[in-house]
Amino acid sequence: MAKKITDIQNSIIENFELFEDDMESILFYLMDLGKKLPAMPEEHKTEEFIVKGCQSKVWLYSSFVDGKVFFEADSNTEITKGLVSLLVEIWSGQTPEDILNSELFFIEKIGMSRMVGSQRSNGFTSMIKQIKMYALAYKTKL
Amino acid sequence: MNVAEINIKSIREKFPILHQKVNGKPLVYFDNAATTQKPQSVIDALNKYYTTDNANIHRAAHTLAARSTEMFEDTRKTIQAFINAKEAEECIFTKGVTESINIVAQTWGRKFLQAGDEVIITSMEHHSNIVPWQMICEEKGAILKVIPINDAGELLMDEYEKLLSPKTKMVACVWVSNALGTINPVKEIIEKAHSVGAKVLLDGAQACSHLDVDVQTLDCDFLAISSHKLYGPTGVGVLYGKRELLEAMPPYQSGGEMIKEVSFERTTYNEIPYKFEAGTPNIGDVIAFKHALDFINDLGKENIRNHENELLHYLINSLLALNETDVMSSGVETHNYASPQQPIKLIGTAKEKVSVQSFIIEGMHHFDVGMMLDARGIAVRTGHHCTQPLMNRLGLDGTVRASFSVYNTKEEIDVFIEAVRKLVKK
Repeated sequence: MAKKITDIQNSIIENFELFEDDMESILFYLMDLGKKLPAMPEEHKTEEFIVKGCQSKVWLYSSFVDGKVFFEADSNTEITKGLVSLLVEIWSGQTPEDILNSELFFIEKIGMSRMVGSQRSNGFTSMIKQIKMYALAYKTKL
Repeated sequence: MNVAEINIKSIREKFPILHQKVNGKPLVYFDNAATTQKPQSVIDALNKYYTTDNANIHRAAHTLAARSTEMFEDTRKTIQAFINAKEAEECIFTKGVTESINIVAQTWGRKFLQAGDEVIITSMEHHSNIVPWQMICEEKGAILKVIPINDAGELLMDEYEKLLSPKTKMVACVWVSNALGTINPVKEIIEKAHSVGAKVLLDGAQACSHLDVDVQTLDCDFLAISSHKLYGPTGVGVLYGKRELLEAMPPYQSGGEMIKEVSFERTTYNEIPYKFEAGTPNIGDVIAFKHALDFINDLGKENIRNHENELLHYLINSLLALNETDVMSSGVETHNYASPQQPIKLIGTAKEKVSVQSFIIEGMHHFDVGMMLDARGIAVRTGHHCTQPLMNRLGLDGTVRASFSVYNTKEEIDVFIEAVRKLVKK
């Protein structure tokens, strides 16, 4: 069984607490996380799977295997990619039901709430919506 | 006041917002081309207006109304002098440059443009001086033409001349590029446009805080100005237009103030400037705007410009110094594309510039650069700067832009350069 979404978020928050709100260290850490995100297969990095933002864009590809949703993602900016990697860590491998019922509380706790809300500036916000949309679509398939 | 007397420390004391920490670091505000900060005198004027003088203008017989009307019209006289307009009535208060341009496109354009006529803009326009013209051209069947630029970000004046013809009815041109800082040769542009009978609108958003403005010497037909880029409040701008043009233009919006007489059969319109100022205007902000203009006048544009130019050159040299590694002495041109050997590429290297510098860092997205600088308390603008056609021309999807005002210092640039150096080495 997949680790609970709440537990994953709590352990992410714990990791970020080491930086004691030092924004520069948080951003460098996010960029490092982004580098560890498994490379997205080029055939999925197409216009069809792009989630557009004004400054940064995100690619998001999903698949549905054995009742669970799996995500591949990438971004053209390193900080966004770091955040994207956290979303993949949290949501990839979960059931559609669990994804739909989950609340994202880690973003604010790691001091990155500015990255959410302004859909125009950032592909990240759109990505969160898109993930939930995929989950909803797979749920109706069940 | 001469240059030596400009005291940046005392100027900074007039701007309360500058004295704060952002992300634990002293704020370094290098986003002045987006909006400038406001001196205490402007903040005080706003406060005073609502505390003691608030009343609707041009209408009532009571004392407060007389007082607010007088102060409102006082700003008009101050802006008239600031741009050397012949008459105060030629200065119309608007929401800002965007509205000023829209007024001209929607009223002058609607009345005077016909199918087959041509409107010329430049490759470096802000979207607000592209879209209003696209819309009216589409409506009228007129044609929009674009003056190209060279790689440094300067207009190709030969190409401009080729575009001009008796079909040209309007040249709408940015005076100073917000993304590149280029100062366009507007005097020459206006003369050439007039030689074929075209009118000229200048987008003065970026120019008016740095350059001397004399609409009579320039002989421009329209000039669009924003207060908030001139140390004044947001939500206030000015449209300057020559009297005969403004009088010939139909009203923009209708309502109170812009009318002379209304009956259900017929309405006659008020004289300029009121014809274009329908409804209760942004009285408090207009009144405070005067104090921003006073602040600039007290310092002197030349003093401001000299200080800002010094900062610009210091910044450029410091940024280019980051490229000076061992490989540097290979004779590679300094303004080459960014590469591992030349991690910083300056975007916008025109000979005539104001204190705005765009650049990119090799291998790093501008969004990441902006976020990393913010983490150190440094505010810059990143992205396409509302100039997507320009970015396409330069083959970029955005830049990092640092832009200075009179209150910025070399010490701040040192902090900025240290932060950039860290990113280059990352």
